[in-house]
Amino acid sequence: MLQRINVVEKPADSTDEREQGLIARIRNGESSLFAALVKPYERRVYATALALLRNEADAQDVAQDAILKAFTHLNQFRGESRFSTWLIQITVNEARMRRRKQHAELFEPIDGSKDSSDEGNYTPRDFADWREIPSEALERSELRSLLANALASLGQKYREVFVLRDVEHMSIEETARLLSISVASVKTRLLRARLMLRDILTPSLADGWFSRAPFGKGSKPW
Amino acid sequence: MVVNCEHVWQEISNYLEGDISPDLRAAMEAHFRECRHCTAVLDGTRNILHLYADERLIELPPGFSARWQSKLVELMPRPRGTMYGWMLAAAAVALVSGSFALAKLDVGSGSAPRSYLAEPGTGIPAGMMVEVSEDGKTFHVPGCRFLHKHENSNVRLIAAADAIRAGYVPCVRCLRQYLNR
Repeated sequence: MLQRINVVEKPADSTDEREQGLIARIRNGESSLFAALVKPYERRVYATALALLRNEADAQDVAQDAILKAFTHLNQFRGESRFSTWLIQITVNEARMRRRKQHAELFEPIDGSKDSSDEGNYTPRDFADWREIPSEALERSELRSLLANALASLGQKYREVFVLRDVEHMSIEETARLLSISVASVKTRLLRARLMLRDILTPSLADGWFSRAPFGKGSKPW
Repeated sequence: MVVNCEHVWQEISNYLEGDISPDLRAAMEAHFRECRHCTAVLDGTRNILHLYADERLIELPPGFSARWQSKLVELMPRPRGTMYGWMLAAAAVALVSGSFALAKLDVGSGSAPRSYLAEPGTGIPAGMMVEVSEDGKTFHVPGCRFLHKHENSNVRLIAAADAIRAGYVPCVRCLRQYLNR
């Protein structure tokens, strides 16, 4: 049966008012409230940095720098976007600066299509069936590292779009604004990123992954 | 409208976003009913989205919150210039010194420590925000998954100095860098 599914979209931010109140108080001198403002987003900041940099130590540095930069530049936040979007924007910029400093582009994965344009159709390579993967499976570090490695193998421009849209749940328009690219480019890169990830993961996760996966004694087969 | 496999692959992402015309949607759904390959691509792509949308995919490293909050305290502006400012600064210094002393040695000068087995820790920034639960013994960096909490107990965000004064001791996992190990 075919069901329409919408890609996960965050509900309208109900915390806006609380955040605006906190921001006003911080600007009026109650700096200690900044930790409460950022805390709900610290995981997203770190996850964005990690996905873009593919290195835990660099991601921790960049995430911390981004949070501190947000604190010192809070007066520049004009409220035209959500605070979380502004914070992630700073994180993306910091991660890009870090990559430039490290000349990381020299080490882009070959398969990541660094030099390929967004144009041109993408043809899936593998047509094996997938079973639905239960969410409990993510408790397994084996699966988490499989997914992290697959994401890390994408080229940067695909990884950025995929992380902002499908991991951080930003809208396509927000993603386009944040990366300074067109909405059409976001959609094209997103398509390729999703299909590439599916191709990379299909040999490991399609049909029978659960039956092959080694379960510890006493653990439950799904 | 009739679509072929290639057309379906190029639109599959928009299909999942719900960003296509009703005609194209109907044509793609008709195609999926007939084509096993395209259905496999659709199911796989849908699985990708569900898996990567899960917050458990990336966990915060232990101590990450404590580190940035500690740096944040260093960046906080200090009042100065006026008599009132100087008085405030002196009071803050006294408070911070007192809190550091508490953090290092003097756990017993506030409430009795909630756990005699735990270490008091050293060098914990007094202003660092930590989480405690009413029925817990330890304080944690926000988000630590080892925060112990019964069903109806409240979790509060308070300064580390206040947590120490209330008899809480540092979590051996998320605050281990402050323990003498």
